[in-house]
Amino acid sequence: MSAPHAGERPSYLGGEYGLRSWLLTLDHKRIGLLYLMGVSAFFLVGGAFAVLIRLELLTPSGDLFQSETYNKLFTLHGIFMIFFFLLPSIPAVLGNFLLPLMIGARDLAFPRINLLSWYIYMVGGLFTTYAMLAGGVDTGWTFYTPYSSTYANSHVIAAALGIFISGFSSILTGVNFIATIHKLRAPGLTWFRLPLFVWAHYATSLIMVLGTPVIAITILLVAVERLFHVGIFDPALGGDPVLFQHLFWFYSHPAVYIMILPAMGVISEVIACFSRKRVFGYKIVAFSSLAIAVLGFLVWGHHMFVSGQSVYAGVVFSLLSFLVAIPSAVKVFNWTATLYRGSISFEAPMLYALGFIGLFTIGGLTGIFLATLAVDVHVHDTYFVVAHFHFVMVGGAVMAYLGGLHFWWPKMFGRLYPEMLARVTAVIVFVGFNLTFLPQFVLGYLGMPRRYHVYPDEFQVLNVLSTAGASILGLGFLMSAAYLPWSLRFGKKAGRNPFGAAGLEWTTASPPMAHNFESVPEVQGEAYEREHVEEELHV
Amino acid sequence: MFENFSLWPEGASSVARDIDALYLFLLAISLFFVTVIVSALLVFSVRYRRRPGHHASPIEGSLPLELLWTGVPLVIVLFVFVWGTRVFVRTQTSPLEAMRFHVTGKQWMWKIQHPTGQSEINALHVPLGQTIELTLISEDVIHSFYVPAFRLKKDVVPGLYASLWFTPTRTGTYHLFCAEYCGTKHSAMIGQVVVLDPADYQQWLDGRPSDKNPVETGALLFQNLRCDTCHSSASGARGPDLAGLFGSDVPLAAGGSVRFDERHVRESLLEPSKRVRAGFQPLMPSYAGQVSEGDILALIAYLKSLPPARGARR
Repeated sequence: MSAPHAGERPSYLGGEYGLRSWLLTLDHKRIGLLYLMGVSAFFLVGGAFAVLIRLELLTPSGDLFQSETYNKLFTLHGIFMIFFFLLPSIPAVLGNFLLPLMIGARDLAFPRINLLSWYIYMVGGLFTTYAMLAGGVDTGWTFYTPYSSTYANSHVIAAALGIFISGFSSILTGVNFIATIHKLRAPGLTWFRLPLFVWAHYATSLIMVLGTPVIAITILLVAVERLFHVGIFDPALGGDPVLFQHLFWFYSHPAVYIMILPAMGVISEVIACFSRKRVFGYKIVAFSSLAIAVLGFLVWGHHMFVSGQSVYAGVVFSLLSFLVAIPSAVKVFNWTATLYRGSISFEAPMLYALGFIGLFTIGGLTGIFLATLAVDVHVHDTYFVVAHFHFVMVGGAVMAYLGGLHFWWPKMFGRLYPEMLARVTAVIVFVGFNLTFLPQFVLGYLGMPRRYHVYPDEFQVLNVLSTAGASILGLGFLMSAAYLPWSLRFGKKAGRNPFGAAGLEWTTASPPMAHNFESVPEVQGEAYEREHVEEELHV
Repeated sequence: MFENFSLWPEGASSVARDIDALYLFLLAISLFFVTVIVSALLVFSVRYRRRPGHHASPIEGSLPLELLWTGVPLVIVLFVFVWGTRVFVRTQTSPLEAMRFHVTGKQWMWKIQHPTGQSEINALHVPLGQTIELTLISEDVIHSFYVPAFRLKKDVVPGLYASLWFTPTRTGTYHLFCAEYCGTKHSAMIGQVVVLDPADYQQWLDGRPSDKNPVETGALLFQNLRCDTCHSSASGARGPDLAGLFGSDVPLAAGGSVRFDERHVRESLLEPSKRVRAGFQPLMPSYAGQVSEGDILALIAYLKSLPPARGARR
């Protein structure tokens, strides 16, 4: 393939240099990279806590840390990973970078608001970092009352304020994405020609905008009770502790879909590209994202089957939770069917995508166990739940994030990552992940409660396996953290479309110029139309 | 390290087997679907791997297939929903006849009182084959009473009575865990449930210093707190006579009625003016801070034990 315009216009990475040009940039691609730095830093912090947790759990007794410290470790692990890594990772890094490119736009609808949302996110992150450095917080990431509002003696307010602040960044990103997808699509790019990545981000944005205000209000109420002793959640002050759980999960369950829907979008793109097919059942996959976004708002009570909420509420929430499993299952079947009669190759992004399908299937199926009332009574708040949500969050969201990062890496930086090393790493991550979290399902059914610093001897074997797996998983993450930056300088130069993908983002230079396209693209067919790509590949 | 190692938990309650059956069924369908998906991924990956002369066939999708893989999982989950709900509702419906124990959770211990008055800390001795019902409340934060061998757990919430019942089916010593994170020593808020043959249980009870049973303690409190000066059957008493009311609906001054149960007794002690009986003035002072959760449970046990007084105004 020839690159007729290469070198004529500077890429978004060139042109202007210097810190100022980055910190004041309005370019969605540069803001995406700013997010990449923030998200990676917080992932490192959250990952370090995970290492310490697994080390402590190597033995049944609490020999490495005191209980107080251990409780802060799992709290900070959860807070950093969920609020500062998983929630923003795919939407704010890949979504930010790719949405305008995928729809043939010059930028997001509100570039200044986009920059603002990055600053808000960083300020929120720094508040929580301050809470960590000042002595930590020990409420668990769930902040259950009245422990968090009355009894905890740690830096609850600072940590919660960080989450409160970063919520605004989420809302602004959501608004920006919705406006962009509605208003800035290139001529000819109708809704049913959009890449599924865009559909997934549209559904995600709806949840961000509708759900996040609720967690903000909830956190504020905890702060009000803690500071001014107004009785809201603490029964000693006349409040209702279970009310907090309703409000918290009203956001935090849909938040799970903020983390997994964009991941599903990534998987659709990767599977389509490496099997040289359009995604099987495009419209069904697109609408299943919206179905998940809507149903996801109606299942929060399944976190509270043993909390004392009414039996009838439990039954209704159980039924709705079973229903939300259906659109997820449909996606898995459609991705699998996409491979049928394809022409499949196994570059690193594809390995992550195949791994995702397997792990997400297990994550989803174990969700069925938890939606089943009688089984949940036994496994609620045990390692079964820990294993389940790590299968969805790490086996799902993180695998997809890594797959997506590799897939669009050449587009973002114009360099190829080292392919063999990346494939080996993907396999290491997959093996390490399974060894870490499969034993935890067994631990959970045996009855080991979560958030236990000290545990009975009979649980040790499975914990040792889990820690061994975590060290393999950690090695995988460290390897990608080494070779990805390495490739920025030493990687082979990538052309416009190194993987032979369809999609508008591959028709412009790698890395793209500041305004994305040489001229406004005219879209003739749907996102997975491959004719023009095949012609180029065979030139 | 391999001592007591096992992959399956012991079962020691009447519901353990039902929950295990449900779990095994779920495990079987999960293995089935994982096998289907993983085999399809592997077979397609090998068969349709990219090679010279081989091209992908453009396929749009298939409505019959979409209906199949929407419909089949839907039927399966609805079946599991009905099954799981039936077992759950049974575990949540209080038995009519049971030995009633009181459990108070606080950072970081379990206080347990037997129906006959004996109390113990971080241990619960129960007789085999008897239906046991626990009334649980917390004195501070939320805890959760969890006995894996019984496959049962219940959150223990401050300000709210929870109940949990079970019938032990095997003698032995089992773990009691706090399952809801409750602060620094959460993982030390553990204990034992000891299931004994009824004769051994009786022997165990006899060997314990017998405190007053909850009804006696409650009766004494009722006098010491001077409840009886207002709550009497005398005509013109300032408070309603409480004898024999437990479990019935009583009319309220503000209109409507309330079930006279654990929750109402607790509320009336702590916030007496919130729901005032029809025909009485809101004169009662709050006893918040003067009575412990244990005291309240004893008063409830006493009120439950009172037969309706003759000629009492109901």
